[in-house]
Amino acid sequence: MWKDKAMRLLMLSAASTSIFLVALIFIFLMKESAPFVLKPGLGALIDRQWIPVSFVEEHFGILPLVTGSALVTGLSMLFTIPLSVLGAIYIAEIASPVEREILKPFIELLASIPSVVLGFFGLVVLAPLIKNLFGLGTGLTALTGALLLTLMAIPTVITLSEDAIMSVPRAYKDASQALGASDLQTIFQVIIPAALPGIIAAIMLGVGRVIGETMAVLMVTGNSAIMTWSPLAPVRTMTATIAAEMGEVSFGSMHYQALFWIGLVLLAVTFVLNVIAQRVLVRYGMMK
Amino acid sequence: MVETSPFPADTEHVITTSKVNFFYGATQALFDITMDIPGRRVTAFIGPSGCGKSTFLRIFNRMNDTIAGTRLEGDVRINGEDIYRNGSNVVRLRRKVGMVFQKSNPFPKSIFDNVAYGPRIHGTHDKQQLAEIVEKSLIRSALWDEVKDRLESNALGLSGGQQQRLCIARALAVGPEILLMDEPASALDPKSTIRIEDLIGELRNEYTIVIVTHNMQQAARISDYTAFFYEGHLVEFNATKKIFTKPREKQTEDYITGRFG
Ligand SMILES: Nc1ncnc2c1ncn2[C@@H]1O[C@H](COP(=O)(O)OP(=O)(O)O)[C@@H](O)[C@H]1O
Ligand SMILES: [Mg+2]
Repeated sequence: MWKDKAMRLLMLSAASTSIFLVALIFIFLMKESAPFVLKPGLGALIDRQWIPVSFVEEHFGILPLVTGSALVTGLSMLFTIPLSVLGAIYIAEIASPVEREILKPFIELLASIPSVVLGFFGLVVLAPLIKNLFGLGTGLTALTGALLLTLMAIPTVITLSEDAIMSVPRAYKDASQALGASDLQTIFQVIIPAALPGIIAAIMLGVGRVIGETMAVLMVTGNSAIMTWSPLAPVRTMTATIAAEMGEVSFGSMHYQALFWIGLVLLAVTFVLNVIAQRVLVRYGMMK
Repeated sequence: MVETSPFPADTEHVITTSKVNFFYGATQALFDITMDIPGRRVTAFIGPSGCGKSTFLRIFNRMNDTIAGTRLEGDVRINGEDIYRNGSNVVRLRRKVGMVFQKSNPFPKSIFDNVAYGPRIHGTHDKQQLAEIVEKSLIRSALWDEVKDRLESNALGLSGGQQQRLCIARALAVGPEILLMDEPASALDPKSTIRIEDLIGELRNEYTIVIVTHNMQQAARISDYTAFFYEGHLVEFNATKKIFTKPREKQTEDYITGRFG
């Protein structure tokens, strides 16, 4: 009995540690960013310019960073979602066992490549390719970052979507086929709808990974904090900004606090995305 | 096995098989089965578990095709048409030959969408027309009164017996001539079983029904003809009354008297 109790206690403390840590991080973020509210005021964040170090006038506008993140993430999801979902359908429903044996290890391999290595690949291979393809001055663009992030998100989204598709009961497929449905009709009208909650969860996890990713985008997006919606322009994301500037910023300065605000915004965005994902899951989950 | 035919002279045989052998990979599951199944009658397949009843049933709508490594020898005809000839249209076949499975398997969709699924994939999209088909099929499967006020609610919320009747409605909605039922009541409680049996009784004059059952009383209650299978062979096929009162083969007798199986 005492063993059970000890085990329970151990697990409880492990679980509460994570809650405690999250709270701690949140409090820390709040504390470090708080003075910014008074001076120069939160309005300063809503600015189209990010010039945190200047002899003339400093600007702490995070808008270009937000659009940079949104552009890179959005583009990346535009590539990731169709590729992954179609890939997962292929692997789960169409591929022969041999094809599956070949494809799956490659996808797992892709998942295990460190993002710095992918970033290096982006810098040396992808960027020149995009530069030449579109005749640009530089290949370090939002598109380059998005393509790299796509490579990172695909394994997660494919693997989880595939699980979701595979877990659709065989009986649904039998019923559909027995009614005279073709394979494609069965896939798109029965299997995908039944697997949708899982596929949406997979996509949300993919978005999470893409938004939070830092290293690769820092290396290949060109790092210019200019507000733009052009995929072929250099941009800078929120994560890359924090990573690049946190090391040099003077402790406690307004610049330092602004970086923390970026962190808070990032946290809020991922939180909102999670809530939306949960909502969607609950709605479709009821359908299950 | 020379004998007089159990069928009346004017019997129309809708399904005919000749010397059918069936293989799962290298394992043979059916041996040399020759059988003529009469139209607009209920034919029951009985026999111990694993004797090939389901396998034989699934030959009639080519559902075995979906299992890798299977092979069929022999001749299978529906309304005289060789359903396994090259270029034979499986979609058309399955519209004509509906199937109800052992475990009810409604889609995780609304009741309406379940019944409308078949007509939709075959090209009916007119709302009015779909509504009529759904209503007719649900009335036909004796489910309409229970669900008419909640056609949009999820089919998985129905009871087991209702789900199975929904599956029957779904099969009827594409307008089949033949209904294959693989132990459709084996997972249901006695009351729901009776409802399914009554339903089969109501459908018997309009459809050719082939039903697999491990329940001999059920076969005796609902079928006109009964086929007894044993280890992949068709041992005896006769009018149900004959099978249960005066079986010709010793194996059949042993089985129906409960000596094995
Ligand atoms: N998908 C399958 N793969 C391999 N063998 C199978 C498969 N389905 C059935 N069999 C085999 O074929 C034989 C007949 O099975 P089945 O038709 O399901 O019998 P019944 O319906 O009479 O219980 C059994 O020996 C069974 O093991
Ligand atoms: Mg069976």
